Amino acid sequence: MKFKSIIIFLIISSFFLTCILSIWKIMSTLQGINFTNLNISTIFFMGLILSLAFVLIGNKISHFSKTFLLSFIFSILYYVFNETSPHWYIFGVFLISLFYTNKLKKYDVQTLREDFISEKIIFDFITLFGIVFFAFVILFPFYIMLVTSFKTQIALLINPLDFTLDFTKNLTELFKSYFVIFETYNFGRYILISSAVSIGTVIVTLLFGIPAAYAVARLNFFGKNFLSTSILIIYMFPAIVLVIPLYTVFSQLGLRNSIFGLLIVYTATTLPVAIYMLQGYFKSIPKEIEDAGIMDGQSWFGIILKIIIPLSLPAIASVALYVFMIAWNEFLFSLMFLDSPKSFTLSRAIQYLSGDAETPRQYLMAGSVIVTLPVLFIFIYFEKYLVSGLTAGSVKE
Amino acid sequence: MSDSLSKIEKRTAYTLLLPAVLLVFAIVLFPIFANIWISLKDIQLKDIRIPEPRAKKIVKSIPGDASALKIIYKLRNSSLIQEIRNVEFKDKLPKNVLPANLDSRCTFKSKKIICDFGDWDPKYKENLEILIKNINGEKIDKNKIKSQKPILDGKANNPLLTTNFTFKNFKKVFFENNFMDLLLTTFYFTFFGTVGAIIFGVLAAQLVNQNFRGRTYMRGILLFPYVGPVVALAYTWTLLLDPNSGTLNALLINFKILDTPINLLGQKYITMSIFGFDLKLRLALTTVIFFEIWRYFPLAFLFILARLQAIPQSLYEAAEVDGASPIQKFVNITLPQITAIISILFMIRFIWNFNKFEDIFLLTGGASGTRTLPINVYQQGFAVSDIGMGSAVSIVIVMLLLTFMILYFRLIGKKANEV
Repeated sequence: MKFKSIIIFLIISSFFLTCILSIWKIMSTLQGINFTNLNISTIFFMGLILSLAFVLIGNKISHFSKTFLLSFIFSILYYVFNETSPHWYIFGVFLISLFYTNKLKKYDVQTLREDFISEKIIFDFITLFGIVFFAFVILFPFYIMLVTSFKTQIALLINPLDFTLDFTKNLTELFKSYFVIFETYNFGRYILISSAVSIGTVIVTLLFGIPAAYAVARLNFFGKNFLSTSILIIYMFPAIVLVIPLYTVFSQLGLRNSIFGLLIVYTATTLPVAIYMLQGYFKSIPKEIEDAGIMDGQSWFGIILKIIIPLSLPAIASVALYVFMIAWNEFLFSLMFLDSPKSFTLSRAIQYLSGDAETPRQYLMAGSVIVTLPVLFIFIYFEKYLVSGLTAGSVKE
Repeated sequence: MSDSLSKIEKRTAYTLLLPAVLLVFAIVLFPIFANIWISLKDIQLKDIRIPEPRAKKIVKSIPGDASALKIIYKLRNSSLIQEIRNVEFKDKLPKNVLPANLDSRCTFKSKKIICDFGDWDPKYKENLEILIKNINGEKIDKNKIKSQKPILDGKANNPLLTTNFTFKNFKKVFFENNFMDLLLTTFYFTFFGTVGAIIFGVLAAQLVNQNFRGRTYMRGILLFPYVGPVVALAYTWTLLLDPNSGTLNALLINFKILDTPINLLGQKYITMSIFGFDLKLRLALTTVIFFEIWRYFPLAFLFILARLQAIPQSLYEAAEVDGASPIQKFVNITLPQITAIISILFMIRFIWNFNKFEDIFLLTGGASGTRTLPINVYQQGFAVSDIGMGSAVSIVIVMLLLTFMILYFRLIGKKANEV
């Protein structure tokens, strides 16, 4: 039993170590180090020895000196047995092994005898592995996007693995793509249009959505159940089936290529979600507060304005942010309705840029960074609101 | 008294609802029904512009005679394919100015030139010249004449509003459009995209539900792909996967995992030999599905995490006391608690993946075996310019969707209310 647990422990833990070190190696390769071999088997074997040594030493010396000593030996061995690598890379290996041995802390000969220890080991290391894996898989494309925008097409064609940034160059040189897309491709205008459409959509959606949500939440009227169900069903309906009729009607009314046209489409498609999210919150406001307002002779308008809105500001904020993000990220309608560069939104402009095969990719990525940054900032800054909004109001993309 | 109150309440409710309902009706519901109408017509993209009669007015002075001017109206039919019937023309002249020569189709009455041009064929063009003179021999103000715009009116068929219907489009959708392949691709994409997103969502939620340092940051990071703009993310992936200079291929070749670059988004099939069997895998479709999973697992993650955090900790403590293993805990406590939310997520994501357009469009444009129904709507309507066909495909989508929804409410509707 003990022997089996030790074997599982060794294999799983060194598998985890191999994964982190491989990611470290990949990232370093992108910094211009010429590695050509992942050396998985060597690292795995070294990991086995490291874990074994860790368990065998046990409590004979203090945890701190144990981790430090083992990591140091591991890094030296790594340096000896692998291809030559710069010192900062080995220092990274040292830090990773420190982190790793620290994670091994709770295992010793004693704990490896416990019930279900092999399952616990697997769960523990899968958790660790999962965190590293998910973080890497998600952040890597964002990293590529950001760094490519600072490189040049030619440099990347010569060596697609060289993602080093030369900070000794002057800043104008480094941010060249950004200057170019603003000066040559008019991105300043597109930012303005995107902001105007998104903010406009938020305002109109709230203007129409708050009264409607209040009616659904509080008032009794014929067809209320029908309406609540329809809201749910409508936002299941996809934009793609609306596109052809809207395109034909908008063409005949001259609403294509107009920001106003885009605004009403965005508002109409976000209204159901907004109403659904808001009415959920309005229902949670105690009715007695409103009754006091009615006693004071307030009109419905007054009640909404003076009681409901101030009480539900957090919900309104989350709806507003959410609608803003939908409108800002929207692509399908802007692709269909806008074909004059005068009225492009950011997303449409980037797609238009990519249509020309001659456009160097760093411009495309600089544009992508510009369109991504605001939403990521809003998201990070207001995460709490947004997450509660997302889960409360079910979902809409 | 209470009766009148409830009447007021009703009226208020309808007033408050009206703007929102009207807007949603016009932009969302109306088009869904308009699809039926359009899909039954043989109509091309170029037909939807209504033809108009147009006139460009050019004013020329006559040398040596300030009291006379020559007006040239460049008349044309704006449409290249449709005729305009009963074209009427009106233009005003200032006081004391008379036309000297009038076309036989025109009359001059109370300072107005009125012409009846009859029917104009497609591409019709004509230059109408009129000489005008001031009867008192005074100078005519050229700019005043110029600023007066002629009014034209004519009847043209709006091909959208005619009542000749045909089932041609539906016949084409089902029999001349590789319909089975289209349907299968859509289902592969939808099904695997959905299942993958949910599996990764469960894994990620299980992770973040543990205690570790920085888990709030982890939750934020996990949602990045979902909140990022699709255009930026899709192009980053295209760049990353590019066969010639993409980072992924360069890395794989650098570490000798691959010999030649692999065109993940441009190759329809890849043959893999496993145990002597040759398996043909839809490569580009698989890549697109992975992108889809990458982008939408955060949503599943968020919902499942919310559910996981609501499970009382005491359940796990009790299981601990009873000596349950981690796997037993997961199977017997966690899984039953999240099945309801998983089934709801499955339906929601299934419906939305089924309609996904942007992601595929931006990654492959529907090439290399990634043509799904929504992509086909775009291709038919805008690339082939056959909007009747595009609408017919839309109708097929709506029909399939309604079927899913009915199934959804039958099977899971009850559960959805419980959660």
